[in-house]
Amino acid sequence: MKENQVPQDSENLNEGKLAKLYYATDENGHYVKVNSVGWEPETIAMRQAWEIVEDGVEEAREKVINGKASPILYYMKKNIMTIPMVASYVGTLGWRVRLDMLPFFFNRVSKKRMERYAFTFRITVDELKNPEKLMPSNER
Amino acid sequence: MSVEYTHGQSAHCESGVVSNLLRFHGMKFDEPMVFGIGSGLFFSYLPFVRLNGIPVVSYRIWPGHIFKRFAKRMGITIERQKFSTPRAAMLELDKKIEQGQPVGMLTSVFYLDYLPAAYRFHFNAHNIIVFGKKNGRYLVSDPVMEHPTEISFDDLARARFAKGIPEPSGRMYYPKKMTGDYDLEKAIWSGIRQTSDDMTHIPVPLFGAKGMHYLSTRLRKWPKRLGNRTAILWLGNLIRMQEEIGTGGAGFRFIYAAFLDQAGSILKNGGLFNASRNLTKSGDMLRDFAYYAGRVCKDRKSDTKSFAELADMLDRCARQEQEIFSELYALSKSK
Repeated sequence: MKENQVPQDSENLNEGKLAKLYYATDENGHYVKVNSVGWEPETIAMRQAWEIVEDGVEEAREKVINGKASPILYYMKKNIMTIPMVASYVGTLGWRVRLDMLPFFFNRVSKKRMERYAFTFRITVDELKNPEKLMPSNER
Repeated sequence: MSVEYTHGQSAHCESGVVSNLLRFHGMKFDEPMVFGIGSGLFFSYLPFVRLNGIPVVSYRIWPGHIFKRFAKRMGITIERQKFSTPRAAMLELDKKIEQGQPVGMLTSVFYLDYLPAAYRFHFNAHNIIVFGKKNGRYLVSDPVMEHPTEISFDDLARARFAKGIPEPSGRMYYPKKMTGDYDLEKAIWSGIRQTSDDMTHIPVPLFGAKGMHYLSTRLRKWPKRLGNRTAILWLGNLIRMQEEIGTGGAGFRFIYAAFLDQAGSILKNGGLFNASRNLTKSGDMLRDFAYYAGRVCKDRKSDTKSFAELADMLDRCARQEQEIFSELYALSKSK
């Protein structure tokens, strides 16, 4: 890649916080450092990965509102976690987390474990227990 | 409490952290030199290891190995620590900062709030340096950022104790002893020898240039085997592994070519500069591959024809890299 070919696509997901470093060649083929604000293919791939995440969050939100799942499912998806990850954060086992995702078991979760869940998702216990919060379309 | 510390931006986090830590200790090594001497370049395709259901593709060596190899070749002793509780880890960090020692550590990108939101997935092997503390916030030198930033105590503690694969467990490291006595020429050649050997001689078709060829044959079949949606998803993952943050473009090929360029001028060896030129061409091909793959992802149509074309492109890269690294191997063997 030549120095002047380093892409500077202004439509990117960097929020102006980041201009990545690239290595590119000058006219003699020697390498120099060039900053780049973004490249379209990378942005496409990244956006695609986030769409999958957002689809999962939306699906979980509907399930919670319809009473098919507990808010734990929603917050897990929102934090891009998996069941083994949540279990390891909370300090419990995967099947327990799976059960806690059902409203019936969620209502019987001990105070201590509920606090661990809330800590994991970086919210308060009240927020976690209140599925009404999820009613309007949420922001990311 | 903070020390006199200069931050330098780099493309890859691990080689950048090493380069920055060494500069603090008075050894001037540019990032590509660290990456090359530490044998950072590689290729592996592990279809049986899946992250979120997507097979793992990696364009470099496993995390942690660059520093290890570099330290071995340059005679540096590294002190490494890991902790069982965040409390102990943060106390030890405070102590080291108090002593004026910048510390490199492993973190999860998910909790580093100074990065753009789009990059913050659960990637647990990001390297950063903490070099001071001001008003209860830690001063962070993240090698991929242009300037030093800061982070709160809570976020840093969470980032250092993220769960998942791999778990950082508060790991931190710093150079303990610098000999200052090393054979640069020998280090460069053994770095090149290891990389070129790994790229060409591993008798398993999942690694090195063979791995790229194997991936291209699998890629050809993705639309038929996986269906439209999944094929596109896997292709998108391939682009991200190749081009996202920390790769310096074209899956580390440009960083390595920069290393060959610098090493060539240090050792006054025309063969290395030649290899650098060839690797630049191969990197450009990978960039083209990513560009067309991006087009396919954007249209969301995974017809067999476009995937066959992509596979051909990747196969050409594989062949070219086989050639380049065979030559490099012969060159490094003769030294």
